[in-house]
Amino acid sequence: MNLEELRKLREKGQREMMQRSDTSKYRIVVGMGTSGIAAGAREVLKAFIDEINTRGIKDVIVMQTGEKGFSSREPVVEVFEEGSEPVLYGNIDPEKAKRIVEEHIGKGNIIKDYQIIVGK
Amino acid sequence: MATVPKLDVLICGGASCISNHSHDIKDKIFEELKKNGIEDEVRVIETGCMGPCELGPVMLVYPDKVFYQRLKPSDIETIVSDHFVKGRPVEEKVLVSETTRAIIEKGQQDTDFFKKQTKVVLSNCGRIDPENIEEYISENGYAALGSVLTSSTPDEVVETIKKSGLRGRGGGGFPTGRKWEFVKNTTNDQKYVVCNADEGDPGAFMDRSVLEGDPHCIIEGMSIAAYTVGANKGYVYIRAEYPLAIKRLEHAIEEAREYGFLGENIFETDFSFDLEIRIGAGAFVCGEETALIASIEGERGNPRPRPPFPAISGLWGKPTLLNNVETYANIRHIILKGWEWYASIGTETSKGTKVFALSGKIKNTGLIEVPMGTTLRELIFDIGGGVPDGKKFKAVQLGGPSGGCVPEEYLDTPIDYETLIELGAMMGSGGVIVMDEDTCMVNTARFFLDFTKSESCGKCVPCRVGLVQLHALLDKIVKGNGELEDLDKLEKLCYSVKKTSLCGLGQTAPNPVLSTLRYFKDEYLEHIQDHRCRAKVCTNLVTYTIVEDACRSCGICAKNCPVDCISGEKGVPYVINQDICISCGTCYDVCPFDAITTES
Amino acid sequence: MRIDTVLKKYEAKEENLLYILHEIQDGSDNNSLNKKDLEEVAAYVGVPLSRVNGVVSFYSMFSSRPRGKYIIRLCQSPPCFIKGSVNVYEKIKQQLKISEDETTDDGLFTLEFSSCLGVCGLAPAMMINDDVYGNLTEERVVEILNNYRNLED
Repeated sequence: MNLEELRKLREKGQREMMQRSDTSKYRIVVGMGTSGIAAGAREVLKAFIDEINTRGIKDVIVMQTGEKGFSSREPVVEVFEEGSEPVLYGNIDPEKAKRIVEEHIGKGNIIKDYQIIVGK
Repeated sequence: MATVPKLDVLICGGASCISNHSHDIKDKIFEELKKNGIEDEVRVIETGCMGPCELGPVMLVYPDKVFYQRLKPSDIETIVSDHFVKGRPVEEKVLVSETTRAIIEKGQQDTDFFKKQTKVVLSNCGRIDPENIEEYISENGYAALGSVLTSSTPDEVVETIKKSGLRGRGGGGFPTGRKWEFVKNTTNDQKYVVCNADEGDPGAFMDRSVLEGDPHCIIEGMSIAAYTVGANKGYVYIRAEYPLAIKRLEHAIEEAREYGFLGENIFETDFSFDLEIRIGAGAFVCGEETALIASIEGERGNPRPRPPFPAISGLWGKPTLLNNVETYANIRHIILKGWEWYASIGTETSKGTKVFALSGKIKNTGLIEVPMGTTLRELIFDIGGGVPDGKKFKAVQLGGPSGGCVPEEYLDTPIDYETLIELGAMMGSGGVIVMDEDTCMVNTARFFLDFTKSESCGKCVPCRVGLVQLHALLDKIVKGNGELEDLDKLEKLCYSVKKTSLCGLGQTAPNPVLSTLRYFKDEYLEHIQDHRCRAKVCTNLVTYTIVEDACRSCGICAKNCPVDCISGEKGVPYVINQDICISCGTCYDVCPFDAITTES
Repeated sequence: MRIDTVLKKYEAKEENLLYILHEIQDGSDNNSLNKKDLEEVAAYVGVPLSRVNGVVSFYSMFSSRPRGKYIIRLCQSPPCFIKGSVNVYEKIKQQLKISEDETTDDGLFTLEFSSCLGVCGLAPAMMINDDVYGNLTEERVVEILNNYRNLED
């Protein structure tokens, strides 16, 4: 590994992050730190995968990340859509996860009741 | 200190609002603010999608709680001059409805949590996949290591870290650059770098979160440190209570080896470095640096006197650099963005940001990162949303068992290492535990002493014996048997334990007692003189009585009473025999009609 | 036999003592370290048995007494205390008929206290072996314990 290789790897990674949203319209990212897991994130992650498989949705991938820090809103889930601001959801359980797949991923409607409004 | 803005303006940055030109509106607002000379009084924040796209572009104004809809750039001049300057919202653009009310209420709590934060250490946490090194690399990962190895001398790195003003985030606040310099200047063929991830302070969990969410930043920070001080081997000591952090870091170390960031000739230089994890086994004292070193060596985690400091004689007697997780997590950012940037954040004596863990009686719990110098009030009330359930704030506990409790009148103090010590607390690892009116401060002090007394390793007398005695005195007061002279005894004993204990555990363990004596002496006096616990926590001081009119003679209280002190029969209100009652509170909990009251 | 496989993985150095003890304990039938194991470890690492015993007694996670298959570590930190860990403790006691440092008759659960599990934002919390549970209520405690019981059926 030298600096040049690192630069190439970085650029490749950044490109792939973009491309990922080309092939999949939606990216669902579940916060899987201990706080998230202690609040039930594993069950949420499983619910997303099950519901997506049941519905046979193709253009979505489910991923994991660490914790965003908002413990009282765990499990926290972020939905990325190509060309849009990400939408952050809080206090998600398996039932709510299914609704997110149905409403947000399926019909493009943000579910306001679950949403965390984030400033930047 | 920057002035605190009077108004927060949240402009929706969702896709729909942007396509409806919300950016033009934002630009126009900045223009009008400048024209009216109120740029410092209004903070403009772009948010993620707020939801009601059909009403866009939308904008929220706090603390006025005004929701503007269907904005056009031409509306802004009037809104700024009438609303922001004169305080009169422009009614025809305001929408009041069920939907907007909900957005306003929720938006305030949510955005407050995020908007006052400055994320440096936590910038990757909750954003990247911690088990994929390429995501870390995409976020400029290992670029700092590459740059240091190929273009900086160890002396230059020391200089950069010194100038940045970074101080140890484990609690003591020793200048990191100077520590690095000590180790660098020792001559020895073998040196070590160690990361203290034995996050033992109750109420703190930032180190866990960083290890779980961004493990590579620790590997990178330690590698830079190793290059600087001349070490080729490193250890991360993680407590066994954090299995996920251990798993993620193990994975990250393997990835780093695979990509050549650990191992021989890193970045094709002469520098070689490798890292191992060591796991604790449940001993708080191992967070103390000399105890931690003993534990890595496979021994009991007993501290030893300093000097010699680990920088001179640490692991296996070799010079050892020991920093905590959050300290190492700052390094790559300082290298990449420069010491000038880092030193521009914070206060005169404490630079950069600090991660705090909010917990206890507070609406928004979690990890937050703010510039040093942020006030406790901003932390607890702005970001944390204050105390829930309409209860009154009583105190905030900072710095865990080594820290102290700070009352409301000092909440406007800007936090840094020095101000917290002046207040009788300390930075510690950044645990912020909020207590409301239902918390008894004497009992809290006893709680912490109970903790430190059982975690004392027993090697030195002041800590082993002194803490037991301190606990006994507090226990006596809590149980209603205290005497006035006990307060003097408590204070004197606190100072001698502080002065004579061998390590940080004993030296700081009396702090919770001293700080509660300093700010909440009236509660101690009430316990002693009036046999009263205003928080109604100390059970021996609480009297339970059954309110005749509310009692429906169901008998549930009598059935559940562990000492059978409640009697009664159908149609007649039940009565508690106060001579037998042990004030356990069971009857109070089980009564379905809330007919039992507590008095103190 | 089992202990040999563990020992083989580590160099015979004192610094590996904690790792070795963790692994032997995790692999044992009753979450504990017996005298014979400790003698073997001492001989392998090359330190006196007293040194190994000293280490085992120093760290709260090691036990020389047999424990249950599932170790419940109930967080006793101030945030958990403030948020009602006492009620959680009472519920566990009532459900399992054990107090601190005791094991259920069926050898399934041991209840221990932990100084802090580091999930303070979700207090009160507990850990069962490597899994952490937060935002505990009395109902949730019953549900979680039942899940573990059902694993055995």
